[in-house]
Amino acid sequence: MLSVDLHHAFAGFTLDARFEAPPGLTVLFGASGSGKTTVINAVAGLLMPDRGRIAAGDWVLLDTERKLRLKPHQRRLGYIFQDARLFPHLTVKQNLNYGAWFAPKDAPREDMGQVVDLLGIGPLLDRRPGALSGGEKQRVAIGRALLSAPKLILADEPLSALDETRKAEILPYFERLRDEVAVPILYVSHSASEVARLATTVVVMEGGKVVRQGAAAEVLGDPDVLPMGAREAGAVLTVSVKRHHADGLTELDAGGAPLFLPHIAQAPGQKVRVRIAAHDVILSRSRPEGLSALNILSGVVHQMQPHEGAVIVAIDTQAGRVLARITGRSAQALDLAPGVAIHAIVKTVAVASSDIGAVAAQP
Amino acid sequence: MLDWLGPEEWAAVRLSLRVAFWAVAASLPLGIFTAYALARWSFPGKQLLNGIVHLPLILPPVVTGYMLLLTFGVKGPVGSVLHDIGITFAFRWTGAALAAGVMAFPLMVRAIRLSIEAVDVKLEQAGATLGASPFWVFLTVTLPMTLPGIVAGAILAFAKAMGEFGATITFVSNIPGQTRTIPSAIYAFLQVPGGEGSAMKLVLVSVAVAMAALLMSEILARRVADRVGGK
Repeated sequence: MLSVDLHHAFAGFTLDARFEAPPGLTVLFGASGSGKTTVINAVAGLLMPDRGRIAAGDWVLLDTERKLRLKPHQRRLGYIFQDARLFPHLTVKQNLNYGAWFAPKDAPREDMGQVVDLLGIGPLLDRRPGALSGGEKQRVAIGRALLSAPKLILADEPLSALDETRKAEILPYFERLRDEVAVPILYVSHSASEVARLATTVVVMEGGKVVRQGAAAEVLGDPDVLPMGAREAGAVLTVSVKRHHADGLTELDAGGAPLFLPHIAQAPGQKVRVRIAAHDVILSRSRPEGLSALNILSGVVHQMQPHEGAVIVAIDTQAGRVLARITGRSAQALDLAPGVAIHAIVKTVAVASSDIGAVAAQP
Repeated sequence: MLDWLGPEEWAAVRLSLRVAFWAVAASLPLGIFTAYALARWSFPGKQLLNGIVHLPLILPPVVTGYMLLLTFGVKGPVGSVLHDIGITFAFRWTGAALAAGVMAFPLMVRAIRLSIEAVDVKLEQAGATLGASPFWVFLTVTLPMTLPGIVAGAILAFAKAMGEFGATITFVSNIPGQTRTIPSAIYAFLQVPGGEGSAMKLVLVSVAVAMAALLMSEILARRVADRVGGK
C-alpha cells in the first residue's frame, strides 16, 4: 500500500494531493497541468515538496514533519520515463544491469532471463540504445526499472511518445507487469483507454487536487468525473470470452448478455476488459428490431449528467455500468429520467482493439 | 633520422614533450572538477572562480609568469613552504610544467565545461532513480558522456603547453636542458648568428607535433562519439 500526502506551492499553482494506492496498478489520471507528473516526481524524490508524507507500506520515503527526505537514489524505485532515458554509452544489457549494481545484495530481484523473455528484448542485448526503435527503447526502459529490485515502479506517460502501433505493442507488457509482478505500480496517464485497460485503481486529478479515487470500472462509469472532457467518456466492462466464431467475431459473456466484438486474442474462458466509448452507444426505449448492430444491453437509467452541451447518461445493465453521450434534444425526445428502462446499442466494429485488454485469471 | 636534430635541439624537444605531458596530466583532474563545478553547481563566488580560471587567457603571459614567480618562487608564500618539503618550481622543468599548466588551464576547462553542459540532466536523474548516488552518477553517466570533451580539452591544453613561452621564460628563465622548451630554444637560436637552421628544424617539429595532436584528438573524439551515439 502506497500512501501519498503532498502539499507544494508553485508560482500560480498549488498541489494538494492525498491518496492511497493499494497493490496492483494505480493510474494517476488527469489532463495536462493537473499535477500528475509533479506527484510522481515527488514520489521519486526529483522534486522536494513543501510538506508531505510518502510511504510504501513501512518504507517511508518522505516525512517532512520528521524531517525525513530520502534522496532519489535511496528510494529504491524503478522509474519508467516518458522518453525512456536509456544511457546512450551503455549496451542494452548494461542498461538493464545498471540498477542491480546499486541495489542491496539481499534485495528480492527479478530474474534477468525472465524479464528479457517477458519483454521480448533478447535479440537487443548487445546493441546500444541509439540503434533501437522507440518501442524497443521503452521495453528496455521497463526492463531496466524492473531489474533494479524496486519496492515501487513509477511510470510517467510511458506510451505518450509512441505512435498507435508501438502503443499497442507496449500495452500488453504493462498488463503482464500488473498481473505477474508483485511490486505496486504508479502510472501517470491522460488516456482513458490506458486507464480502462491497465488500472486496478484510478486516482483522478484536477487542478492539483485529487477529485476522485476508486476501482477503474467505478470511476470510469461515473458521469460526474470526466477529467478529459465528455468526448473521452466511456465505461469499462469486465467480461469473459465465450467463443470465437468462424466469421471472425468473438462472442463475450457480459453478465449473461452476449456481446460480439471483432476477433480478440484471448482464449475462451479468459476475462477481458472492454472500454465502451460513450459516443458509440445508441439508446432506444423499445427493444430495436431489424438493426445491423449486434449488441443490445438492456438496463435502467441510473443518472443523467449535462456536460458540454450534451447529456451523459449512466445506465445500469446486466453487464455493468455503461455510459452513453447523447444530445439534450434526444434525451428529451426519449423522455429519459432516472429509473426509466432503456436499451443500449453498441456497434461491434466501434470498439477499438486498443480498448480491449487482458485480465489475469485471479482478480 | 635521429641525427637530423642536434643534441641541443633534441633536449628541447624532449623537454617540451615532458613539460606538456605533465602540465596536462597534473591539471586534468582539477580541470574536470572545476568544469563540473562551473557547469552544475551554483555557489557564492562562482563568477569570481570563473574569472580567475580565465585570467591567464587575458593577462599578458609575462604578468602571469611574474605572478607565478612571486607566489611559487623559493621565497614566495607557497614556493617557500613547498621548497621546505622538497618541491621546487623556480628555474626547474617542474616550474615550466606549472607555468604551461596554468596557461593551458582555461582552454581545458572551457572545452570540458561545454561538454558537461551538453549532458542531459534527465539522464543523471534516471541514474539517481536507479539507485546511483551523485558520485556514481558522475562516474557512470556524466564522465563517460563527457569523454569527447575531456579528450578535446586535454589535447588543446597539450598543444597550448607545448607552445607556452612568455610565462615560462619569466618564471623559470631559459636554461638549456632544464627549462629551455621548444619556443625558448627557437628564441635563443634566433639570437645567435647562424642559428636560423636549428630554429627552422624546431619550427617543423612544432608544426608536426601540433598536427599529430589535432589528428589524434579528431580520431579519439570520433571514436568516443560513435560509442556514445549508440553505433
